[in-house]
Amino acid sequence: MSALLTALAFAVAIALLLSRGTGTRPADQDHLTDLIDALLPQTQCGKCGYAGCRPYAAAITRGDADINQCPPGGQHTIRRLALLLGRGVKPLNPAFGKSGPKTVAYIDENLCIGCVKCIRACPVDAIVGAPKQMHTVIAEHCTGCELCIPPCPVDCISMLLVTRAGHRIKLKSSTLPAQASP
Amino acid sequence: MNRELHAFPGGLNLPTHKELTNARSSLITPLPDLIILPLQQHIGTASEPVVKTGDKVLRGQVVARANGYVSVPVHASTSGRIIDIGDYAVPDSFGLKAPCIVIEPDGDNAWFDVKPTADFSSVDPQKLQDVIREAGIVGLGGAGFPAHVKLKEGTETAVDTLIINGAECEPYISCDDRLIREKPDYIVAGARMIRHAVQARHCVIALEEDMPEAHAALAQLVDDDIELIRLPVRYPQGGERQLIKTLTDKEVPSGGLPIHIGIVMHNVGTAAAAYRAVTRGEPLISRYVTVTGDLPEPRNLQVLLGTPVKHCADQCGYREKEGEAIVLGGPMMGMQVTNMHMPVIKTTNCVLVTPNVNRNPEQPCIRCGQCVDVCPAVLMPQELFRHARSRNYARLREYHLFDCIECGCCSYVCPSNIRLVHYYRKAKREIVQEEKTARGDAAARRRYLARTARLAHEAAEQEQEKMSVSGRETDDKQAFIEAAVARTRAKREKQKNADRSSESE
Repeated sequence: MSALLTALAFAVAIALLLSRGTGTRPADQDHLTDLIDALLPQTQCGKCGYAGCRPYAAAITRGDADINQCPPGGQHTIRRLALLLGRGVKPLNPAFGKSGPKTVAYIDENLCIGCVKCIRACPVDAIVGAPKQMHTVIAEHCTGCELCIPPCPVDCISMLLVTRAGHRIKLKSSTLPAQASP
Repeated sequence: MNRELHAFPGGLNLPTHKELTNARSSLITPLPDLIILPLQQHIGTASEPVVKTGDKVLRGQVVARANGYVSVPVHASTSGRIIDIGDYAVPDSFGLKAPCIVIEPDGDNAWFDVKPTADFSSVDPQKLQDVIREAGIVGLGGAGFPAHVKLKEGTETAVDTLIINGAECEPYISCDDRLIREKPDYIVAGARMIRHAVQARHCVIALEEDMPEAHAALAQLVDDDIELIRLPVRYPQGGERQLIKTLTDKEVPSGGLPIHIGIVMHNVGTAAAAYRAVTRGEPLISRYVTVTGDLPEPRNLQVLLGTPVKHCADQCGYREKEGEAIVLGGPMMGMQVTNMHMPVIKTTNCVLVTPNVNRNPEQPCIRCGQCVDVCPAVLMPQELFRHARSRNYARLREYHLFDCIECGCCSYVCPSNIRLVHYYRKAKREIVQEEKTARGDAAARRRYLARTARLAHEAAEQEQEKMSVSGRETDDKQAFIEAAVARTRAKREKQKNADRSSESE
């Protein structure tokens, strides 16, 4: 009889323990969101349809979003997410955009009118400037989200390719003056 | 003085092939048509150009300045005109291009105004470091670590032993041997100077046993102040950690530097360059390069930095042949290049033309363990290989990938023809890149969260403001209405009273 009781007690204890680990509690969900967020490229571009990387991570946790909606992360991010979540790898959903090399925004300072619209759009505060003053992008902080491009009324922002060293930037479009000429 | 020597673990006895080049005196290479100076010829941050296309420069003039502490300037190796600043092929094991300054020599070879420093023994060690830095001197042994950084660490910590490394262990290369034979006075004086700069208690010049002429040349010049040591020939004896182990029986800790155990090491070429920089004011603009292998006249050359590899090979009667490979550096650690227009840089010690390229296909690892036996860093190359293939960076760290000195012993003995070091180099590069990206990502996340929090805060504040403003308005209105009502009531009351009184009258 006592053996039976002990077994029962064990069963109850194990059931309790298991129920703690099912990942349904808010704390577990937050933890999973953190893990997913850590794998996202932190571009904060919103191409996935959410306001930034963390909201997208939260949506994946809830099951609202799929893992193939992040164009800046590309296949690399999808693979890592699949590994974390124990799902199959799938190609990037083209509805959300195409994946490409990392770029940074560049403001043509001769054209900038100082409207502050790009500064409001930048999700990582990488643009400095003030009303009616020239603006500029801090290349080091720019994530290449391209969110500053549509608001610009004079189209003075272009995206430049970042080279492997990361120190310097190369021209993508020909809107820029080349290396300072004498 | 006799110093007890200690064997380092692993290593190989290789055929040296030094007889091809070490008996012939070096040749001063004629001016090439173009000088291509990469901005990154050293470990650390790339230099920053200070000249523009079209500028005229003189020999020894700074064309790019140091960018940060672990960086050195680049000097024009000859006088001429800057014709381009842009991306060119440079010595890189992955064949990538990098920014370079291109000079068209004018043939005058006119010197820039260079100033020698006064007698070095009376000069402040700090001043010597600055001179060495301004001269653009980096480790000429192969890694290209800025020399002034090592010196600075030397002045900040007590230095027990200064080792001048002349153990040229890699097969075929004899440029240090030739340099010692031809300019022994530079090396001994340079050693004394560096010793003064770091205030070392002992000073050792280490050579291998197969360099008797170099030993004799140095032996005439050294006094009791410098120990001249001959080491058994074994690859990689000239590796920094291996040489320290042999001479002192100490091991440099994993992830540490020799200075952490009180040792500073410089290559003989670096010592000679430092001597020239201090006593003559000449920056580092040329070096000894061994051009050897399957060539009619292999020999050592004194080459201006930035000279295309092809030009050097041409001096030795190079004729292009089908199926051969050009290797920059030695057969063990060198990199195979396809483009011979890339320049000789500060770290190029050898141009090797080799007909026998390892073209056998790689086969699966059979876990024979030969690579473990020969690894001088006491690593487990087969495990590193496995994890490098699966890009398991955490495991690679656990197995101390970054302690690998890329000596190539494992690749040499591998019966399955696996180019192990290639995988390690790639993995190292990827890990460094990954870390950099992770740091950038973390910064972006912080900035994004900070901004989101700020916007939320601002929105909440605005809401609050609105609430309180509208609240005040309603209060006022209420009061106004109440006051009006009260006034009306009072009026009515008055009226009533008046009516009543009139009624009663």
